[in-house]
Amino acid sequence: MAGVVTLARTCRLAPITLTGLNVGSDALPRQRPHPGNTAAGRSDGRPGPGPAGSARPGRRRGTSHAGSHAMTAVTAERPAGPAKARAAIAPRTLRLDKWWKEPAITATILISFVVYATWAAFKNADYFVRPYLSPFYSPCLASICGHARAGATTVHPPMVGLFGPWWAISPAIIVLIIPLGFRFTCYYYRKAYYRSIWQSPSACAVREPHKGYKGESKFPLIIQNVHRWFFYLGLLLNGILTWDAVEAFHFPRGWGHAGFGTLMLVVNAILLWTYSLSCHSCRHIIGGRLKHFSRHPLRFKLWGVVSKMNTKHMQLAWVSLIFVALTDLYVRLVASGWVTDPRFF
Amino acid sequence: MSYQLVLRIWRGDSSGGDFVHYEVPADEGEVVLDVVHKTQALFAGDLAVRWNCKAGKCGSCSAEINGVPRLMCMTKLSSLPAGRAVTITPLRTFPVIKDLVTDVSFNYEKARQVPAFSAQPDQPVAPFTMYQEDVERSQEFRKCIECWLCQDTCHVIRDHEENKPHFAGPRFFIRYAELDMHPNDGLDRKKLLQETQGLGYCNITKCCTEVCPEHIKITDNAIIAMKERVVDVKYDPVVKFFGRRRAGREKRGS
Repeated sequence: MAGVVTLARTCRLAPITLTGLNVGSDALPRQRPHPGNTAAGRSDGRPGPGPAGSARPGRRRGTSHAGSHAMTAVTAERPAGPAKARAAIAPRTLRLDKWWKEPAITATILISFVVYATWAAFKNADYFVRPYLSPFYSPCLASICGHARAGATTVHPPMVGLFGPWWAISPAIIVLIIPLGFRFTCYYYRKAYYRSIWQSPSACAVREPHKGYKGESKFPLIIQNVHRWFFYLGLLLNGILTWDAVEAFHFPRGWGHAGFGTLMLVVNAILLWTYSLSCHSCRHIIGGRLKHFSRHPLRFKLWGVVSKMNTKHMQLAWVSLIFVALTDLYVRLVASGWVTDPRFF
Repeated sequence: MSYQLVLRIWRGDSSGGDFVHYEVPADEGEVVLDVVHKTQALFAGDLAVRWNCKAGKCGSCSAEINGVPRLMCMTKLSSLPAGRAVTITPLRTFPVIKDLVTDVSFNYEKARQVPAFSAQPDQPVAPFTMYQEDVERSQEFRKCIECWLCQDTCHVIRDHEENKPHFAGPRFFIRYAELDMHPNDGLDRKKLLQETQGLGYCNITKCCTEVCPEHIKITDNAIIAMKERVVDVKYDPVVKFFGRRRAGREKRGS
């Protein structure tokens, strides 16, 4: 026996009567329509798929599955006013998978990098062995880089000495602000540390521990919008690190030789370029900001290339981060005499 | 092959509720919505559940399955952990009406706040020529089925009810992006989006993209794109400088 369901809709539609016991699907409207929209339509005016009943002429609405079962009549009255309370579900999350695994791994790698980079930046020694210069210390802008410069045949002369003898701490601090700022404000890393360190949220559909949330709409996180500036500076730095990679072919006995360190510096420069060029800001500047792709065919093509790279931005972010630390470590090991640099030719 | 499946369904309304266990016969190849319908038919005729197309195109049967926002009609039982009870709850971000049905009117209030398409003054409203490359860009956003899973999973309103008045949510960020990227639209929505619709609240943790059943790249292609457009007009001195020069040239030219 089919039930009769009467609804008191709070919307601007007349009350409707439905047959069938399928209280959930048809008795309660799919969505509350707003003016100019129908119950089966989208919020932007596109038509929706329509109610199940109307899509199947001759079939009674709401009898899809249960129609074959003899059931008693069910009446559902929608509350007169809109319901305001959410479902009272206490647990932080009901996820069964290991949602904590990804943030835990991310946090471990990020914290390890920060600890290593801080130690390396403040060490202020073993960052140069001819012809390799650690990417953490390049370009050397302080005059205390002299001991690095002394052994090199060519090292950034226009830059060196920009910060005079009054600069007493490690020269790495001056330049590291650029790559760190670029990575800190990078859209991918933001996701990584907001999830893994700030727990906002730790994983999707897992309740965050913070009482209030303003996101990047207020100080201090509104500063994240300077990402574009760091992108410009980062490109400049990539150019310098590329020159360092070229310099790594310049051994005391002349140009055209290469060791394992050369390979490290070259790969490091390539990874940094791919990471920078796959960045969302780059994608936007190249073509994303255009309204008419059709009027700018070259930029549209370039945008397509950067968009493809952008899909791998996360992987490039991790690989380049780890590799830059490994490159610094290698130069450090060779400079301190722990490792002998193997020469290829 | 038939087997007995344990369902834990949250049942109740805005005044309270709890989980109710049902042992339901399940068959190979079934989706969660199938066993919910069986529960309705065999054990709980008054169980409220919203559904429509059973094909992942209407966006009606959104719920949280084992804590993850998903469409019930597109979630195969075989994709869930075997031998464990399947937990189904209503969308947590919205007020509950009854059982698995929530009041999603918040989204329609936000939809009303989106300024409609407005043709540039020197362009006809319609028809006008649009090239394929321009069409494709916003076509992705038109795939949205308005299942509200992205709105549900977004922690800005999921964990902070107080943000609802000034946060449009991912579904409407893609609507703003779609209009802003339209070659013939003449309205500037960037400042509106940043200052009144809460674009700055998004901290791009990509949960909306993860749960989207249409695989729309909400964060990469819409939210970050709009954040970058806001940077253009508010925070980038280089773009501002060249923008002013270009505007000056156009003024002199006209």
